[in-house]
Amino acid sequence: MRELSLHLLDIAENSVAAGAQNILISVEENTQTDLMRLVVKDDGQGMNAETVKQVLDPFFTSRTTRKVGLGLPLLKEAAEACDGSLKLTSKPGEGTVVEVEFKRSHIDRMPLGDLGSTFLNLLIAYPHVHWQFLYQLDNYRFVLDDEEIKRELEGISLTEPAILSYLRGYIETGLAEVTSNSA
Amino acid sequence: MPIKSLDDLKRAREEALAKRNLKSAAGKIQVIVGMGTCGIAAGARDTMKAILETIEKDNLQDISVTQTGCIGLCEREPIVQVIVGEQPKVTYGKVTPEVARQIMHEHVVNGKVVDNHVIPL
Repeated sequence: MRELSLHLLDIAENSVAAGAQNILISVEENTQTDLMRLVVKDDGQGMNAETVKQVLDPFFTSRTTRKVGLGLPLLKEAAEACDGSLKLTSKPGEGTVVEVEFKRSHIDRMPLGDLGSTFLNLLIAYPHVHWQFLYQLDNYRFVLDDEEIKRELEGISLTEPAILSYLRGYIETGLAEVTSNSA
Repeated sequence: MPIKSLDDLKRAREEALAKRNLKSAAGKIQVIVGMGTCGIAAGARDTMKAILETIEKDNLQDISVTQTGCIGLCEREPIVQVIVGEQPKVTYGKVTPEVARQIMHEHVVNGKVVDNHVIPL
């Protein structure tokens, strides 16, 4: 995977698979401290200490269709190669938090990529999940909490073309505003 | 450019509602995109994007788009499955955005399975 936003999608898919009802994804970039910080926080089933250790091992996976899992180990390696880190905190019954940090200006740091597509994908594909998205670049931020949108829709599907168009526009404009304001 | 407001959302909702009433007899169509690590690495997000864009551009109603994890056919990713009404599920492999648009037009809209991309299961 060559985009950080693809890794975020991958991690969030794990959260959904863990039965999470509330998932928060945040991306914070700070040009002063030269840090890029990604967080995925869920209230899924969580993992015990032993599993947490195993998850970062490329030859472990909880899935049964295939014998290796590579999502998190590869991201950890990518972060460490950029003077960063990956921290995994989890508790059975409470949820999981994945925190990844990169040195923002590091030459090997993967680009963030199409964050809007990652957000829209998740929002559409898992309507039963309460999503919170945050993107912050220095002092500008875009926040999307889907609770209000879903309340307003009163059961109309998010895949109806008019709604889809609204959501895509909302996310794309919001993200573009953050990037252009700080530029 | 201002961020879209809640009023825009209300308008979008009304529009969706009006169109849905016109077409409520149509059978429900389900499109499922494989979004496991293998799918994502093979480009499934772009496939999903092409599907959503087609729904938006061609104004296709009553389609549910969901995702699934790895189904054990990693080498055939991106995988897309289509279920039309009561018909059996059709599984497609190597679905690039291009193929996804073709599936949306031929299978989802016109009910004709895109044979050369079907994975026989």
